[in-house]
Amino acid sequence: MARYFTEEHEWIDVDGDTATVGITDYAQEQLGDIVFVELPDTGAQVAKGKDAAVVESVKAASDVYAPITGEVTEANQALDEDPALVNSSPETDGWFFKLTIADKGELDGLMDEAAYKSFCDGL
Amino acid sequence: MDFDCAAFGATMLAGPDMSDDTGDTPETTETLPLDAWHRQKGARMVPFAGYDMPIQYNKDQGGGIVAEHDWTRDQAGLFDVSHMGQLMVTGENAAAELEKLLPGAIASLKPGRVRYSLLLNDEGGILDDLMVTNATPWIEGDEEASTEGHWGEPTYYVVVNGAMKWDDIAHLREHLSDEVTLTHMDEQALIALQGPKAATALGRVMRGVPDDLVFMQSTLYQFGEWPLRITRAGYTGEDGFEISVPAEFVESLANRLCAEIEVRPAGLGARDSLRLEAGLPLYGHDLTAEIDPVTADLTFALTKTRRESGGWMGHSACAVKLADGCADRRVGLVLEGRLPAREGAIVYHGEDQVGRVTSGGFSPTLGHPIAMGYVMSDHAGEGTELTVEVRNKRLPAKVAKLPFVPHRYHRGN
Repeated sequence: MARYFTEEHEWIDVDGDTATVGITDYAQEQLGDIVFVELPDTGAQVAKGKDAAVVESVKAASDVYAPITGEVTEANQALDEDPALVNSSPETDGWFFKLTIADKGELDGLMDEAAYKSFCDGL
Repeated sequence: MDFDCAAFGATMLAGPDMSDDTGDTPETTETLPLDAWHRQKGARMVPFAGYDMPIQYNKDQGGGIVAEHDWTRDQAGLFDVSHMGQLMVTGENAAAELEKLLPGAIASLKPGRVRYSLLLNDEGGILDDLMVTNATPWIEGDEEASTEGHWGEPTYYVVVNGAMKWDDIAHLREHLSDEVTLTHMDEQALIALQGPKAATALGRVMRGVPDDLVFMQSTLYQFGEWPLRITRAGYTGEDGFEISVPAEFVESLANRLCAEIEVRPAGLGARDSLRLEAGLPLYGHDLTAEIDPVTADLTFALTKTRRESGGWMGHSACAVKLADGCADRRVGLVLEGRLPAREGAIVYHGEDQVGRVTSGGFSPTLGHPIAMGYVMSDHAGEGTELTVEVRNKRLPAKVAKLPFVPHRYHRGN
């Protein structure tokens, strides 16, 4: 299983043809206390770089983009009950949704963990 | 996701089509006297009202908007509000001159008393909201010169919004007679200590000071070398104090207060959620030059005698609204669920558009979303069931009495 990162601070775990998407620790830190997460419905088509979810912090609402194109197979129901999971474990239990990957070629150009870390250090 | 385009106060939610819509942030910002202090405490600084201001402090040191909010409701938060405009109006005719521009009674305001007031334009639109204090000094008697103690030159201390202060100064200079002097006290910092433990903490640092003041009273206090103006008021709904201090001493004073176990720094983010819970309008969002005090439900700021006597800018426009009522009214809205409605969200009654949210967010104290906005007077009654549109969803909302969280001001007996 490989983990990739976007410049928009999403992470994506790829396991064969399926992937899990969330936002990074850096992102949750920037957003502050998260009070609501709006997730895509199962079966929804999401497109690389387009809106897929919305995170509401106390401060404001922010869009979350799909790192790659695909069909949503599952949304993390735990976030309905406890959106603060995104603050406490953004890169594990606070995942957003799973999808089937339409085109693996879209993974090219995403960052690995080391590249993402140096990207954040430069912000 | 995108959060770097966002200025605080402007909505962060943006498709690419809205991402340029944060035009109220000036390109250059000034630093506050406490700038280094904020950064040393791990504050995240954002541009606001032309200054770099702390939106929240470091999580590792107990910061974060909700933590700072909760701490202020439970203990005491220390806010830097040095961006606000501190003005002094002096002269024998100062009260009468101010009464030409403010709808409140100023001449009858006793020394040491504070009043919330408004600057209005000719159409009754709100140019700014402000606090005015009768700061007339008491001159001690001198036995040798056989003079008795008496009040000195009439002096009014006025605190206005940071983002509006330059416009306010221009407005005052234009309309106040040359016989009064307007001074912009730009060498003064302003900090606010707010929360149920504010008096305990302040009383330990400055013995007796809290005992001498109740809500909306103000005093001069010489703390060692530091001449302070301490006012029992604030913008959180809690008991608390605003302290005006020469900028050169503010860091020492902030350290002194934060050394108390009850006191922690709190940022703009918590200030905004606290004032929203307290039902207090924010200028530039809930109040604008297109909104009059009657529509804004601020008629308490139009002192009764002065509604009748008139003689203040905007009086005739306000008199019409007072007599005939107004089309819209500022109300509170309580939303179900957890999804907040933000500024700009449209309010519906059935399929009819009846209003608009002017500020909204998630209430940390209540655990659900709250909002403030303007709705048509017919639909403004407490308990009216409405909906608010957020991202094509209609969220159930109910008109609620303001404040959402009861005020806990110290009013004495």
